[in-house]
Amino acid sequence: MTQETIDNKTDPLYRRFRIRISGDRAMVAEYGDAIDERINEKVRAVTELLRQSTVKGIDLILPSYRSIGICFDPLIISISEIDNLLSGLESGLDTAAIPEARTVEIPVCYGGEHGPDIDFVAEHNGIDPEEVIRIHSAAPYRIFTIGFAPGFFYLGGLDPRLHTPRMETPRAMVPAGSVGIAETQTGAYPIDSPGGWRIIGRTPLRLFDAFRPEPFFYQAGDSIRFMPVSPETYRHIEAGKTP
Amino acid sequence: MTSLFHTHVSGPFTTIQDKGRFGWVHMGVPVSGAMDDFAYTCANLLVGNRKDLPALEITLSGPELEVLDAADIAVTGADMALTVNGEPAPRWQTIRVHPGDRIAAQMAGSGCRAYLATTGGIRVPKVMGSCSTYAGANIGGLDGRPLRAGDVVERGDGELLGKPRRMPWFPLYSPEIQIRAIPGPQDDFFTESMDRFFETEFTVTDRANRMGYRLEGPVIERDADAPNSIISEASFPGNIQVPPDGQPIILMLEQTIGGYAKIATVITPDLFRVAQAKPGDRIRFHRISLEAAGEIYAQWNELLTELYGFLSPKEKG
Repeated sequence: MTQETIDNKTDPLYRRFRIRISGDRAMVAEYGDAIDERINEKVRAVTELLRQSTVKGIDLILPSYRSIGICFDPLIISISEIDNLLSGLESGLDTAAIPEARTVEIPVCYGGEHGPDIDFVAEHNGIDPEEVIRIHSAAPYRIFTIGFAPGFFYLGGLDPRLHTPRMETPRAMVPAGSVGIAETQTGAYPIDSPGGWRIIGRTPLRLFDAFRPEPFFYQAGDSIRFMPVSPETYRHIEAGKTP
Repeated sequence: MTSLFHTHVSGPFTTIQDKGRFGWVHMGVPVSGAMDDFAYTCANLLVGNRKDLPALEITLSGPELEVLDAADIAVTGADMALTVNGEPAPRWQTIRVHPGDRIAAQMAGSGCRAYLATTGGIRVPKVMGSCSTYAGANIGGLDGRPLRAGDVVERGDGELLGKPRRMPWFPLYSPEIQIRAIPGPQDDFFTESMDRFFETEFTVTDRANRMGYRLEGPVIERDADAPNSIISEASFPGNIQVPPDGQPIILMLEQTIGGYAKIATVITPDLFRVAQAKPGDRIRFHRISLEAAGEIYAQWNELLTELYGFLSPKEKG
């Protein structure tokens, strides 16, 4: 169910969020209709303020690319009350209550045993493997959302010179820490899993460790910068295993 | 802490579950927890526990367990022809078991998931705030995996009950399942096929698990002007998503975000019926408004409050 509002069609950032009903105790507030940094930043900011809110009856807050999913107890709070709450938060969007997004550095050993597909990616794009590394590690990538697996980030902004199709037959097992490319996206596998991404390197960091006091060291809205490291540095960091 | 069971037969997919792992969905860690929260909660109350202690969730067919220590147990949910030492034993009530007893359960006759709760709750370490097994990332429960033959299951501390407890009523599970659902969140993608969705019967395929239930039936098509997929957004239990092949999937507990449009969402009081559906069962959805769903939710909640109160009387000293 869409709450109809009149928006400027040329701007994907909605002037006012739209609410979709997702069952008797959940809803989604949409802030735009594109994968776009401004929309995603608004989602991050509202999510931060919503987390700090002391309103009762909100059980779960789940931001993604352009929307915030909210699970609530309908006996305590209604959709129109949540609507009002979200409207009220808009006025606080410029305040210091919203922590700055961070840039998180992730060391990656490119090519070799850790990045078996780097030659394929290079050949597909008509560049050499050194150029793949240089381009891939040049700019930070925004984490637009996290999902699919614990800590699996969806990043924006992969340079078109690295776009590469997925493997026709996915690998049965891609080791945790593998960094890869699929079509227009780049990302990393936080846990061992099957997968069809073209693997160009691997990080020695444990992106997800359920037994660490902090199981993760980044969140949506942060940026990831991949830092090329040598196989020696990789082994050194892996031995210490600290992020 | 006491060793409670020695596992002789594990059953196809027996896991330890509690209310779920909260506070991590934004990091891609699903809530997990008992699929049928009603049967799970009753099992705990029937042995005198708090509502939220870890219990065994038994899928489709039962384990065979040798009792190592006296305890109260209760088995709720699917009918798996429970026996103790080969003798039929009742479901949905307290049973006292003793060292040497053999508890067994067979293939589910009706329903899909049974819950076995015990005095003090099943004892495993909490991982990220919960004992629930999330096998997809190997966390929770017994090293993040289902029960295996040879496992010793432990229980927490707790008092045995002075007198057994029994349900005043319990649900029956039918292979013909009626489910109420609210259109949306992407009902505007399916204006042409919405009536068809609510008029037809779907069959539960064998691709049905804690993540979701894949159904088979007439193809549900998106409107010609609706996009193939959506920008990934939050998924909630009961969302019915329709991938491009037009065969709906009811999302359950091991999912955080997804990119398929969702035609409708199962109401909370009917979610346990989905959790108890098994491959081959038939599901029919009935359209209901958000307002009507709100009233049903309030009534359901009253019913639970009354029942849970009845099941947790103050024991006389």
